[in-house]
Amino acid sequence: MAATFRIVFVLALVSGFFPQVLEAAKIGDVTETRVIEQMFRFLSLKDPSVRATVIGTTLLGICCGLLGPFIVVRRLALVGDTLSHAVLPGVAMGFLWNMEKDPLAIFIGASLAGLIGACAVNLIKQTTHLKEDSALGMVLATFFAVGICMMTMIQRLPTGNKSGIDKYLFGQAAAMNQEDLILLSVVTTVVLLLVFLFYKEFLVTSFDAGFARSIGFPVNLIHYLLMLLLAFSVVVSLQAVGVVLVSAMLITPAAAAYLLTDRMHRMLILSVLFGVVAGVGGAFLSFLSNNLPTGPFMVLSATAVFLAAFFFSPRRGLIPRWWRQRSQTQRICRENILKAIYHILEAGEFEEEGVTFSELSIRRNEDLLEVRPQILDLEKADFVTVSKSENRIYFTPDGWQTACSIVRNHRLWELYLTNAVHYAADHVHDDAEKIEHVLEEETVRQLEKQLNYERRDPHGKPIPTFADIEKGLPTARQSRPATGYMSKS
Amino acid sequence: MMDSSKNDSGEECPLEIHDLTVAYHKKPVLWGIDLKIPSGNLIGIIGPNGSGKSTLIKTVMGMVPSSSGWVKIFGKSFRKNACRIGYVPQRESVDWDFPVNVLDVVLMGRYGRLGLLRRPKRDDREVAMQCLDKVKMLPFADRQIANLSGGQQQRVFLARALAQESDLYLMDEPFSGVDAATESAIIELLHELKDQGKTLLVVHHDLPTAKNYFDMLLLLNMRLVAFGPTEEVFNYDLLQKTYGGRLTILSEVADEVRRHAEADS
Repeated sequence: MAATFRIVFVLALVSGFFPQVLEAAKIGDVTETRVIEQMFRFLSLKDPSVRATVIGTTLLGICCGLLGPFIVVRRLALVGDTLSHAVLPGVAMGFLWNMEKDPLAIFIGASLAGLIGACAVNLIKQTTHLKEDSALGMVLATFFAVGICMMTMIQRLPTGNKSGIDKYLFGQAAAMNQEDLILLSVVTTVVLLLVFLFYKEFLVTSFDAGFARSIGFPVNLIHYLLMLLLAFSVVVSLQAVGVVLVSAMLITPAAAAYLLTDRMHRMLILSVLFGVVAGVGGAFLSFLSNNLPTGPFMVLSATAVFLAAFFFSPRRGLIPRWWRQRSQTQRICRENILKAIYHILEAGEFEEEGVTFSELSIRRNEDLLEVRPQILDLEKADFVTVSKSENRIYFTPDGWQTACSIVRNHRLWELYLTNAVHYAADHVHDDAEKIEHVLEEETVRQLEKQLNYERRDPHGKPIPTFADIEKGLPTARQSRPATGYMSKS
Repeated sequence: MMDSSKNDSGEECPLEIHDLTVAYHKKPVLWGIDLKIPSGNLIGIIGPNGSGKSTLIKTVMGMVPSSSGWVKIFGKSFRKNACRIGYVPQRESVDWDFPVNVLDVVLMGRYGRLGLLRRPKRDDREVAMQCLDKVKMLPFADRQIANLSGGQQQRVFLARALAQESDLYLMDEPFSGVDAATESAIIELLHELKDQGKTLLVVHHDLPTAKNYFDMLLLLNMRLVAFGPTEEVFNYDLLQKTYGGRLTILSEVADEVRRHAEADS
């Protein structure tokens, strides 16, 4: 996602601006360097500062994870991003209030700045014919620019250097103090309560605002409530994730959840889960790497979850989809070879029971090198048996039924196109080549009925019926019933 | 302008509109509509593109603000009587990839009765299921709405409106983009609702079928051309007035109004 690419870029860029950002992080309170020890220290939760970090990032994951799905389905992702950048001047103002990191002052300043940003977007949208995305883009950049200027100024002040204000840019979960945690838990509780109480209202206004209005729901009020919650959760997440990346914590876990489920309430649960995983995971990785900024690690953890969903989601994942496509192609390929065998047998008026490899290669217009592995594959799938002594290929009952059905589907469809849709006779074959593989039994029965159980296709070839398919290969019935199908030997 | 003389005097009028003018971005799209809908009728709203058909029903429900005039639903404002209106929006107005299934959508029809804060109960689910059954979509109750055909999506919307159990229904092109089977199923259902004494106002696009589908027609082209029983209103002169001969002056003035408004602001 865009945020992920931005991490690397902005990190490189701003580390030039604020060398302290990276250096300050390196000289954190953690001195041990051995990874295993660090891991143990984090996971055992004995250290109070680690405990605070874990509680903070868990709350943050819940808060962002709960709001995220509504942001995603309402297409407010860009709004979230803009809001998070727009709060930066407010953070700086909150800091300037009494020249120290006072979470409440910063909370108020940031919320105000966010509000002004949102109003600016609305003003541009309503008074000009510019569309929302342009307005958002401009407001985002402008407010961020103002914020960066103010931050640089604060850094230059005598006390500014050790203020820790730079940690608001990329986030430092370990820098969360008790007041931060209280603020975070208040906002999380409010979000949790409101989403629980107004789930129905949030759902219907997100899905169909017009309908929600028609039943008398206060659609605008609910929208503003959601925006307010969005702004609050951005502001309380700042300390841990940072201004630059906080919107990704709202969007990425929800996006990953959206790939995995079709129901809103499940999406909320998954999104919260992913949010917590990303939050705590990010804090953990940051801790292991000597307290490098937490934001990038959190976002990358969220992205990892998203990528897992992107590739492996059972319904929408790239790999399951690719696998389904592959097995579909394989099925069609198999069916086409079985059909070719049927055609050869039919041309010989079912005198023979099997076909030779060379007959098949001529029919398929492929050389023996290509035909042989295909037949071995069919044999493995139990559609045909190969007699090595006679060098012949025989249908198994399954193989016969499949081949016969495909031929039936093909001819039935040709007949339908000719008789009912009035296709020209030379146009029907190519179409039937595709349709034969997808017709389902119910449709076939409907087609048969509509075509008055006609037994000949437009080219005069017989159309197999369900009874023919059941009975098995004609020669097997007539001449040598006992050895009709060759057993695997 | 035709008057609705057949209004039942005893019953409250389901929908009364008085001197309604509506403007989009300060450009008037409906001029001075006066209307009294008699109850228990299946009424088609017809008119060319851009004649304000959707706008009319959206204004009735307060989704579009009116510049002048008033609307009364069963003698009261929309806000007070919202629960007596059922609404079927245009199918394209929502994102069908939204993470809900068919039953979730139909349950939304109960939300208006529940009001804020209360959750749907077992009874509401039961009603929703019955409504799904009426539109023959019960087997699809658990289906994600993205995996439905256009006709099926329209049936879901209809089931949601049924679940509202309203007295007045406003439907925005319920026949657009549906298959023939769905179309006849919908019209059958509309007649059934009418027989139960409900009043239905249906925006319709297809002139040839309009004659057979509706008891009454409302011909609209920026202003009310005619309103009355189908056999009286569906004639060459009035249709010519509605569709033919664009009301150039009216739309030109509308443009002028907007230009002035922009110059003022």
